[in-house]
Amino acid sequence: MFNPSAKLKVDPRDAKLAMAHFFVAFTALAIGGLAGLLQTLVRSGKFELPAGIGYYQILTVHGVVLGLVLTTFFIMGFQLAATSKTSGTFTNKQRITGWIGFWLMTAGTVLAAVMILLNEATVLYTFYAPLQAHALYYIGLTLVIVGSWIDGAAIIMKYAEWRRKNPGQPSPLLTFMSLVNTMMWIVATIGVASTVLFQLLPWSLGFVETVNIGVSRTLFWYFGHPLVYFWLLPAYMAWYVVIPKVIGGKIFSDSLARLSFILFLLFSIPVGFHHQLMEPGIDPAWKFLQVILTFLVVIPSLMTAFSLFATFENFGRSKGATGLFGWVKKLPWGDARFVVPFIGMVAFIPAGAGGIVNASHQMNQVVHNTIWVTGHFHLTVATSVVLTFFGVSYWLIPHLTGRTLTKAMNKLGIIQAVIWSIGMTFMSGAMHAVGLLGAPRRSSYSEYGGAPQAAEWIPYQVAQAIGGSILFIGIILMIYIFINLAFFAPKGEQEFPVGEAADEAEKAPMVFENWKLWLGITVVLILFAYTIPFIDLIQNAPPGAKGYKLW
Amino acid sequence: MAKTELSRKTKTEIKASSSLKGTLASVFLLGFFLIITWVGVYLLFISRF
Amino acid sequence: MHMHKFEKAWLIFGIGSLLVFLTVLGVSAFYLGNQPPSCLATIDPEKVDTTVPFNEPGLKKVEGKDWDYELVYVASAFSYSPAEVEVPYGAKVKIIATTKDVVHGFEVAGSNINMMLEPGYISEHVTTFDKTGEYLIVCNEYCGVGHHMMSSKIKVVE
Ligand code: HEM
Ligand SMILES: [Cu+2]
Ligand SMILES: [Cu+2]
Repeated sequence: MFNPSAKLKVDPRDAKLAMAHFFVAFTALAIGGLAGLLQTLVRSGKFELPAGIGYYQILTVHGVVLGLVLTTFFIMGFQLAATSKTSGTFTNKQRITGWIGFWLMTAGTVLAAVMILLNEATVLYTFYAPLQAHALYYIGLTLVIVGSWIDGAAIIMKYAEWRRKNPGQPSPLLTFMSLVNTMMWIVATIGVASTVLFQLLPWSLGFVETVNIGVSRTLFWYFGHPLVYFWLLPAYMAWYVVIPKVIGGKIFSDSLARLSFILFLLFSIPVGFHHQLMEPGIDPAWKFLQVILTFLVVIPSLMTAFSLFATFENFGRSKGATGLFGWVKKLPWGDARFVVPFIGMVAFIPAGAGGIVNASHQMNQVVHNTIWVTGHFHLTVATSVVLTFFGVSYWLIPHLTGRTLTKAMNKLGIIQAVIWSIGMTFMSGAMHAVGLLGAPRRSSYSEYGGAPQAAEWIPYQVAQAIGGSILFIGIILMIYIFINLAFFAPKGEQEFPVGEAADEAEKAPMVFENWKLWLGITVVLILFAYTIPFIDLIQNAPPGAKGYKLW
Repeated sequence: MAKTELSRKTKTEIKASSSLKGTLASVFLLGFFLIITWVGVYLLFISRF
Repeated sequence: MHMHKFEKAWLIFGIGSLLVFLTVLGVSAFYLGNQPPSCLATIDPEKVDTTVPFNEPGLKKVEGKDWDYELVYVASAFSYSPAEVEVPYGAKVKIIATTKDVVHGFEVAGSNINMMLEPGYISEHVTTFDKTGEYLIVCNEYCGVGHHMMSSKIKVVE
């Protein structure tokens, strides 16, 4: 189906909005990357931070700017660009909404950053009470979230407009996916917004003296798990829709792609207990129920794996590949737009395997809060997702700035990804291994009073520092490429690749656009998974906890 | 236009040679990897107190 | 919407494996008692030192229970009480722990003993120490500047 409203290029005014997001995102990458390097160096035991800077202050910077800022800004920028490209240029009203969202998020980021630098908020990016940060830190993070809602509103408005103008038609796939991710984000962030606005903020301002820890943590993790899917789904957008076009193939199935996104919407949220498996105050039967729901959210990823392999194989065979794996050779191994996200896909195999282990109820005892977990999410978000974002940047940034990706930059992009994977193999590999031995996460260098077990961990920490140093080279390269594509690359036309379905005759069923239905089921599942244990947490609550500032 | 011709040609070829044997093999290898990892950590779990 | 027959085979295999995992976990948790630590008891975090059993941290022999000993820990920034304990090899022990201030972790490195300590809540874990050796207890949840100094020791002795 040809979509008449889809223009060839993203409108320059929309491009500017998206680019604004990317500038913040890549600034965050530079700062956070430096913090990450310093962390690995400190943890090797061979380096100490100068000027009385604390390890945990650096770690708070790293978590906030990479886990929250880089991801949210990149994702919003990408989804705005994708929606503008596939559903048509934003109206002025929609675009202004986007800008308001952007500036709120940016203001919030600056506020939170200042508080972290003043050492008023060394509570890490998860800010678990009763460690109590400065109220402005909570306000800053709230602004980031509220800004992202307003950003998201622009996407929702565009979608609604498209549907009005094209009655009875399924929405363009990239718009559909952006919309699903935006809605999931809004439903999920209600949890963290509630704990911040109703619990932590009044408490940090001194209006109330104590806070209910169990409720606060549960609201946080109601948000915390969908947060990681919010990071992942834009990568899946690129894998499902962009990569087929880049290699010259077809989307394996438009409908199955939509189905998997709907499944993510339904099952990403009612699963937060799998981050609280080791916690008191929650009945293990409810934990197990959410473990089951967590396993359900594996299914759309299994579908995705199949679709991607099928896209590659169909393409390879159309180019005459034979044998079981002959198609692998036909893929465009010289094209950064393909290779870089492809490495991300490969990283998702061990990442997913680790995730299933983490979610496995009592087996979580083996790995909970060990550095295995850090190793795990440096594969998921810091490799699969981030490399896909880099791969997207290689065409999207020049597309938006009216420039082109040169051969040299293309090559550098591939080198960047190879360096990243080598560094990550060292860092994440060592983290996984030593995590199984019990080494804790979120911990500065320590010999634990000369304990023999802790001595065994040190060689792995040195390996992490080697990996971290290699990764930092990758960061420098990426920043260099970004600046090149934003300001210096030759003027020209860079394609925004949007794939077409292999079977275009097969229209996606309209039931996928029935948001009353899907949001309804989402809410029912959430209520089912959370109502009773949440009431338990309130009714059987211990006396509240006072705030502490222990840094 | 050459471009449309090309894509039409690609399409018929996909139909003609559409075998997903390699995909099936790949996902099963992936599946075995998931199982091995899980069983590995499960064994660690039951071997510890 | 149709699905390729290989994709169906893959999903049946994949979902089947997930079901097997869940069954193994469920049987282990609900029939063999290997639930993750999920104690529902609460305590006033301000009165930990005067509340039984936390008024006397350490190892205590008990009679007439499913376990032989109770091992009580009180965590606070940045230490555990007791700082070192000897447990007889083969003893079945219930570990009971809580925190006086912020959230701490309680992880016996190299074992399955791993639980969160949250102010107002009590965390418990029952296990049989069936391997001798010296085990390091670490705090694995960030609790402040001294987080990485927070540790204790269990010696399992013949
Ligand atoms: C140069 C590249 C990087 C290095 C060397 C690095 C290193 C590290 C290390 C050593 C830790 C754990 C510290 C600890 O637990 O004590 C950590 C935590 C973390 N990293 Fe990275 N990282 C890098 C890139 C990234 C990227 C790209 C992201 C996200 C997109 C990311 C997200 C996080 C998050 C969310 C944490 C958790 C912070 C916390 O536990 O509070 N990292 N990183
Ligand atoms: Cu999760
Ligand atoms: Cu701690």
